[in-house]
Amino acid sequence: MSGSTIIFYLLATLTLVSGVLAVTTRMIFRAAIYLLFSLIGIAGIYFWLQYEFLAAVQIVVYVGGIVVLIIFSIFLTQQTGELLPKQKLGRQLFSALAAFCGLALVLLQLVQHTFIQTTNTPLAPTVANIGNQMLGIDKNGYALPFELVSILLLAAMIGCIVIALKSKPETT
Amino acid sequence: MMIEPGLYHILFISAALFFIGVFGFFTRRNLVTMLMSVELILNSVNLNFIAFNKYLWADKMDGLFFAIFIIAIAAAEAAVAIAIIINLYRSHQSIDVENAEEMKF
Repeated sequence: MSGSTIIFYLLATLTLVSGVLAVTTRMIFRAAIYLLFSLIGIAGIYFWLQYEFLAAVQIVVYVGGIVVLIIFSIFLTQQTGELLPKQKLGRQLFSALAAFCGLALVLLQLVQHTFIQTTNTPLAPTVANIGNQMLGIDKNGYALPFELVSILLLAAMIGCIVIALKSKPETT
Repeated sequence: MMIEPGLYHILFISAALFFIGVFGFFTRRNLVTMLMSVELILNSVNLNFIAFNKYLWADKMDGLFFAIFIIAIAAAEAAVAIAIIINLYRSHQSIDVENAEEMKF
């Protein structure tokens, strides 16, 4: 057993355990912190797979952006130190049952299926390769989705400003 | 004795994380925590894309690009969702989904 295997299992445990805690804890601020650790675990798995650029993007966008946004919205909308109300036992039981049945179904399909690897020479996901393909306008280029995402981000930004705008009282 | 991790291990993590998110989405009744569950689900999908790209189609980078675009769209989605949540809190003084039922039926 090599060090890389141990690191992988540690990262997987971190991701899954903090994911479970994030959806089951009744303290909302702790849920946000557990979510943070789960996302860091996923970034670690990306590092382990040697997708360094994507791991950096994951840390910058999720850990630096979305979790901070969620923590801010908790501070703005929640009384601190207050537990979330307890859910009905029946609802929890049936949710767990549904999630477990779905997981069992997916894993059953997974073990029965054999994947076929490609035999072509691998392409390293370096930043230069990613940039060339992302801004390329040839057959495999991603220039059009890139522009579409930029328009989507602009629209989302304007939408956020409009939604969160405080409506002024009418001045007569 | 641990096995050398491969494609199936990552797919297992991804599936488990997806259904953890689904469980949270079913049980939580607070909009912020439901948003957290959605983030977990989106992350599990990203992990799936990256695992397939790494182990099955290492000669292409399409899975990587899908993951990057999903991250960008998830960021926009989270920002809009939080704007809506804050607006809902202003009008209802609560972000519990049971208290926001004007549009029910």
